[in-house]
Amino acid sequence: MHRYIPNTDADKKLMLDTIGVKSTNDLFIDIPEEIRLKRSLELGKSISELELSRHMKELISKNNGTDELTCFLGAGAYDHYIPSIVKHLAMRSEFYTAYTPYQAEISQGTLQVIFEYQTMICNLTGMDVTNASMYDGPTACGEGAVMACEATRRKSVVVSKTVDPEVRKVVKTYLQLRDIAVIEVDMAEGVTDVEKLKNAVSKDTAGVIVQSPNFFGIIEDVTEVEKITHDNKANFIMYVDPISLGILKKPSELGADIVVGEGQSLGNQLNFGGPYLGFLAANSKLVRKMPGRIVGQSQDLDGKRAFVLTLQAREQHIRRYKATSNICSNQGLNALMAAIYLITMGKKGLREVATLTTKKAHYAFNEITKSGKFKPVFNKPFFKEFVITSDIKANEVNKELLKDSILGGYELEHNYEELENGLLMCVTEKRTRQEIDGLVRIMEVL
Amino acid sequence: MKEYNQLIFEASKEGRKAYSLPECDVDMASVEELLPSEFLSDEELNLPEVSEVDIVRHFTLLSNKNYGVDTGFYPLGSCTMKYNPKINEDMASLSGFSTLHPYQPRETVQGALEVMYNLDKMLAEIAGMSKMSLQPAAGAHGEMAGLMIIKAYHEKRGDLKRNKIIVPDSAHGTNPASAAVAGFDVVEIKSDENGGVDIESLKAVLNDEIAGLMLTNPSTLGLFEKNIKVIADLVHEAGGLLYYDGANMNAIMGICRPGDMGFDVIHFNLHKTFSTPHGGGGPGSGPIGVREDLVPFLPVPIVEKQDDGYYLNYDLPHSIGKIKGFYGHFGVMVRAYAYILSMGAEGLKEVSETAVLNANYLMNRLKSHYKIAVDQICMHEFILEGLKENTLEVTTLDLAKRLLDYGYHPPTIYFPLIVDGAIMIEPTETESRETLDSFVNAMIKLAEEAKEDPKLLKEAPYSMPVRRIDEAKAAREMVLKWSK
Repeated sequence: MHRYIPNTDADKKLMLDTIGVKSTNDLFIDIPEEIRLKRSLELGKSISELELSRHMKELISKNNGTDELTCFLGAGAYDHYIPSIVKHLAMRSEFYTAYTPYQAEISQGTLQVIFEYQTMICNLTGMDVTNASMYDGPTACGEGAVMACEATRRKSVVVSKTVDPEVRKVVKTYLQLRDIAVIEVDMAEGVTDVEKLKNAVSKDTAGVIVQSPNFFGIIEDVTEVEKITHDNKANFIMYVDPISLGILKKPSELGADIVVGEGQSLGNQLNFGGPYLGFLAANSKLVRKMPGRIVGQSQDLDGKRAFVLTLQAREQHIRRYKATSNICSNQGLNALMAAIYLITMGKKGLREVATLTTKKAHYAFNEITKSGKFKPVFNKPFFKEFVITSDIKANEVNKELLKDSILGGYELEHNYEELENGLLMCVTEKRTRQEIDGLVRIMEVL
Repeated sequence: MKEYNQLIFEASKEGRKAYSLPECDVDMASVEELLPSEFLSDEELNLPEVSEVDIVRHFTLLSNKNYGVDTGFYPLGSCTMKYNPKINEDMASLSGFSTLHPYQPRETVQGALEVMYNLDKMLAEIAGMSKMSLQPAAGAHGEMAGLMIIKAYHEKRGDLKRNKIIVPDSAHGTNPASAAVAGFDVVEIKSDENGGVDIESLKAVLNDEIAGLMLTNPSTLGLFEKNIKVIADLVHEAGGLLYYDGANMNAIMGICRPGDMGFDVIHFNLHKTFSTPHGGGGPGSGPIGVREDLVPFLPVPIVEKQDDGYYLNYDLPHSIGKIKGFYGHFGVMVRAYAYILSMGAEGLKEVSETAVLNANYLMNRLKSHYKIAVDQICMHEFILEGLKENTLEVTTLDLAKRLLDYGYHPPTIYFPLIVDGAIMIEPTETESRETLDSFVNAMIKLAEEAKEDPKLLKEAPYSMPVRRIDEAKAAREMVLKWSK
């Protein structure tokens, strides 16, 4: 008998009697003999908690995370500070062992959390509406592009090459499925080449995707892009870093119609790439084209404020193959963590995180490029990431840094051939001057 | 307990704070000097100002307005709301897993890759498949990826006219939605009177335009599809592939395997069968598995092993590409891996046997007062069609809402669509006979109330933080965020 199965043999006997069968086998009579598994699964024996912990500890002894290594790696997943209360509150099991809040009266906790999350995502991005979250940033971007196509009834999307390559790959997968063309626009000096973009955008373009701060950390001047996009009656889709919105202009002020991004930085652990959460916000005209769950405010029989899942006629369980998306879950627990994070940092704190991050990243940039051994690749305003290069192979640099327990930058030549030896360095508010100086000292003597 | 009806924004007060950050230790100019002013926002952020204790109380009080598996019985059909073992949470939050950056050098993440590699093997063994991809974020995402593989397979063979996917009318909404997303036309077929595949209806739609059939087994009515071999042969003979929706896998672990039934592509829901928490809506995880000759089509990367250790292989020439950022929901994988190790082969079989036993016991005990959709031995779940003596006035929704007052999360209602007023009950294996008996008593009490005082049910619930909610008002007024 297994510890997670409470019924005893005596219980089982009594239950079989109630059903009127002799053994459990009699309950499986519908399964034809020919497809039955005639052996045990090769999974080994059940193990105890002690053995499980021991095994897992053995496994993690083969890992070295950002607790042991000083992290200068970003490129889409970030080592930002997570306040202690995030974990404590998110681990209340009334939240994490609950299902999707379809039965609203017994799920007001989850529903109000999502409503508050939606409010804060709207406030941060300046957009009118958002949903209860998506799988992650890249898939949110893919779904955002699909929304643009649905809204314009056009079948072509333009993407800048300064958008995170991982995001572009997922967007391509999502769009090619639906026979939507993806046109990539080259970069010039680390930012979107506006001239080339102008040529690529036409009356057939459903949406234009630009990331800012872009993959290289550079803040893009989107004034022209916005104009070109809207002149062609396409949707302007911005992929943004939510932490940067602590100081940067809101996407709404820049004319975005759809705003997407990766929400991991908002109180979610790195977790080797997931689970994270994607956010997707838009102007109110697009609300009926939005994928996924949305929470709305209503009232109960007594007139008391209450929350429910709403506008469900967009969704797969009602519209089936005509739904706006096939998505059926949201990243509820991750959105909860993001909400707790945003509330904890609050009006002043998020701004302070973004400010500290900017200052430390610029300090690191100045120090790393001071002697000329490592050169800046682009000369553009940046937020928390910047690109450097040298005569040394990027992976050689990283190998040396790792010997000193430093997690170096992202090696750019994997995705950008032209950026040979290029390293994308990331500095968050967590890095100390001492750590940055230590990094510089090692890099100087490579 | 005192009522709590505050939004955090309403608790905000200028000057309060909950965060602490170190002083800036680098001597740098201000942000206004470091960055061009045209990029900077000149507005204050619109976020609350509250203290730490405000936040702790707020979320604690909100959690009191929720109901989880830890609170009580949660018999949501098709969702497998089993107990989520605590040790698995501990394992997933070990810093050696939770602090790993996805782009770290492979020599620093060998333990994480080993978890993925081992889990892949275990799931493939349970499924009877050759290889898995752990990347899909949820069941629906797995369906999309699996259907893309089916599409790629036909295209690779130069068979370009297969643009249709067959979906039974009993299927979950994600099935047809995923097929549409993957670029297929959906052909819906009627189910037979027991909710199974109607062989004649299937035959009638099979032709050289069919790419495949999507199916759950046990079916959404909780019955095992006895004809599965016949169905598989028919689809295969017509040149199509079979897709297995693993929503109902909890009934058959260690007893039979989708691969042996003839399925070519499958997905599991780690958040159902493999005990990872539902998280109030997610994160889920929907790994897909394929038969040998479909492995080259899997999304990249897949985890493989070579002499010097584990690595992420991006070199799959026929891959459907990248479907998600990074490698999937790793944190969820750790929990599922811990679960499978804790259960072992015998434990998983006991899971399925007990899940089926619990369902049949409940069904038998409810028979006296409720109509059973298909009155025969069921698998891990069953469907009620409503009250035996229907007062006509009392709907399935009323029953569900009144059940809340008895301290239970209601079963899944109005699904599958092929049963009018369906009440779909899945007890899972982690519930004791005593729990099931108490639930039966509550359900019988409901039936009596429905007879004696239907109005009582119409206006239920009474004991929840809120009474019945006006859903139409929410859709009409579209208040989707708070404003002053």
